[in-house]
Parts: sequence; structure tokens; C-alpha cells
Amino acid sequence: MRNVIDVLDLSVEEIEELIAVADDIMANPTKYQEVCKHKILATLFFEPSTRTRLSFESAMLSLGGEVLGFSEASSSSAAKGESIADTVSVVSGYADIIAMRHPKEGAPLVASAHSCVPIINAGDGGHYHPTQTLTDLLTIRHEIGRFDDLTIGFCGDLKFGRTVHSLIEAMSRYKGIKFVLISPPELKLPSFVKEEFIKNKGIEYVQTSSLEEVMGELDILYMTRVQKERFFNEEDYLRLKDSFVLTEDKMALARADMRVLHPLPRVNEIDTAVDNDPRASYFRQAHYGRYIRMALIMKLLEVSA
Amino acid sequence: MNIDSIKNGIVIDHIAAGKGMQLYRLLKLDELDCSVAIIKNVASKKMGRKDIIKVDAAIEVDLDVIGFVDPEATVNVIRDSKLVEKKTIPTPRELVNVIRCKNPRCITSVEPGLNHVFKLTDEKNKVYRCLYCESKPN
Repeated sequence: MRNVIDVLDLSVEEIEELIAVADDIMANPTKYQEVCKHKILATLFFEPSTRTRLSFESAMLSLGGEVLGFSEASSSSAAKGESIADTVSVVSGYADIIAMRHPKEGAPLVASAHSCVPIINAGDGGHYHPTQTLTDLLTIRHEIGRFDDLTIGFCGDLKFGRTVHSLIEAMSRYKGIKFVLISPPELKLPSFVKEEFIKNKGIEYVQTSSLEEVMGELDILYMTRVQKERFFNEEDYLRLKDSFVLTEDKMALARADMRVLHPLPRVNEIDTAVDNDPRASYFRQAHYGRYIRMALIMKLLEVSA
Repeated sequence: MNIDSIKNGIVIDHIAAGKGMQLYRLLKLDELDCSVAIIKNVASKKMGRKDIIKVDAAIEVDLDVIGFVDPEATVNVIRDSKLVEKKTIPTPRELVNVIRCKNPRCITSVEPGLNHVFKLTDEKNKVYRCLYCESKPN
């Protein structure tokens, strides 16, 4: 039985397999519409979500499976003080696979120790979000066509941005990668990512607080939202929330083949005027999430078309 | 300053100056009933200054804790006032319930009964990280 807690739980070769399956699903959806018949996905979302939960549910329904679960902690036994260990011990008897989101970092790892079915980390606090990374990788493959020799700018909240951490982990396994880290000093990349996946691997990187200065050298600009829910102090959030806003003026400094990704939801960090720019890939990116999650569910349930 | 030599017990020597108290706390030596001496800032030819801990009882100490705090320290076992064994200090790969994760966003802050586990992630720089949230101990 396999779990996906961290994107590195999947090898580069396995990610290629998932992308190949996702591409085939997009080309031949009817071929896959019953491969998970009589299988149940439990979505245990202890923290609100729109895209991730719905794309997981859509993925399972598109495979012919069923879905059960909850979408916030207040509607689960967590509100009564139940531990993750107990919740998962019970739910793993009701479902064949579990996708779990939790505000506390490491919660899915705890769940995996108590589950008799595969656990997928659907986001744990400001730590990791491996299925968003699979979505990002499928997007990069479709929009740019390669994973090697890329200069990737990460902009905004790099401290709590779990999608940033997982994507840096994943991209650190490819050749010719350069990271450009654009954030206010308070929201810099945490040491577990910077030391383990950039410095220790000898990957080239630049840290800056000016988006304009680096726009022209980027192949990908990965924008992130400053997440209100990660701050214990609202003053800090209010001070930092408008640190970087991507506008048409800044897009004018970028190359014609650059792509803008964003895990969404967006608040105001990308001006809506940028949406019409063909380089804005974030809504296409959100659509890819469903297909790569279908491929992942199939892999973990060990089913094929 | 004179500290009585011990007949049966252990001497943790060559502790980096300033780390003696941390070691005393993590080894839970405060819970012992026997004599325990912490000697701080002792002049040392090799180290300049060092700390020493003497325990006047034949106890087993957790070498992983010593390896985490200061792998250069030495542990001498004394029996009948003679040195009978010098213990090798390992660099532990994992620490279980030795130190606690202080990250308020970590699952260890809320999940009951969960061990606090730190893994050695960088042997060269001796970096430990929480198994769950990957924070460093602080």
C-alpha cells in the first residue's frame, strides 16, 4: 500500500507515468469512466478548500467511484476533540482511499500510520501540497514542454506557501534548474526547503524583493497568495498582503514564452487584467488538477483502464 | 575548587563549555537522588574551556542524548575508583521524546500521545528536523 504525503514519495519515473495516464484520460475519458466502480474516496478536509476538494471529488466521480467526507473540521468529530489517529482508524474502514487536508503540518503523516488504506496529503498547513505539484508539473509539461533548463520565479508568500515548497522539491530533481525567490523578508523560504533542496543540492538561486528586476529572465512565474489563515497576528497579514501585485505593466517586462502559474485562489496578487494575457496559465492549470488526481487515485488503488 | 572523586559512577567529560546544563536537563539528572556535580568552564588544554558532569551512581545514560547535544563529549565509567570503560558516543539518526517540537503549526502541538521525533537530515552539519513539520529544534 502506497501513500503520497510528500511529492518525493513518487519517483521521477512515476511522475512521468502519471502524466502519461492523465494525458490519456484527457484524450479518452470514456475509457476510464468505470475503472473505480464500487471504490470509495473519503475527503477529510479539516480546513476549507474549493479546488482541491472538488477536483478530488470530480476525479473520483469521473472514474466511476463514490465520494464521502467532510469539508471543514467543525462538521467532523475533530470539533469534539477526536484525534487524527482515531478519526483515520475509523474512516479507513469506510473508504478505499483517503485525501486529507489539515491545518497542522505533518497531520497526513500521522494519518498514514493509522490507516489501512492509502492516504493522499491534500495540503498540510504551510508544509506540503504534493497533488498541487503534480498539477503544476502537468501544466508545465503542456505549457512549456520540458522540466529541464528552467528558470522558475516564486513570488509572494514563500514561507507558508506549501505549493511552493512541494514544487521546489519536485523541480530540484531536474537538470539546469534555477530558482528566483521573490518575497518580502518576513515571508522568505523556510530553511527546510532552502537548505535541503536548494543549497545542499548545489542548485543556483537568487533571492530578491523586486519582481520587476527579474521578470525578463523567467521561464515560469509562480505567483502565490499571502494566506491570511497562516498568520497568528492580523497586523502582520495586513502589512504584508499587498507586497506583490502582478500587473500588465510588469507582464510587459516578461518574455513572450514565459508562463504565469498560480495555485489559486487569487485575492489581489494578480490583476484581473492579466487574465487575458495568453501567458496567464492559472485557469488552465486548475483544470489539469482533475486529470492528474484521477491518474494518482488509479495508481494508489492499483487499477488500470 | 575541589569536587570529590567518585567511586562508582560516570564522568561525562569534554563537554563544550556552556552545554553542561542542557545535557543535565535532557539526561534528567535532576531526577536522581545521588550526588551529581556540574562543573562549568573548566580550563582545558585541548578545548580552552569545557564542562564536566560527575554522577556518583552506576547509572546508564542515554548516549543518543549526549550525541545530540555534543558528540565530542566523552563518557567514562568508574568502578571501585578506577576507569573501567570509555563509551563511544554515536551520532543518533533519530531522537524520540528527547526534545519537543516548538512549532505551533506542527501536528505534535495538538495530537494526543504523539511522540516528538527528530531525524538527522544533514549529517555533515548535524542538522535535526522534526519528522512531522521539518522544523529545527529551538
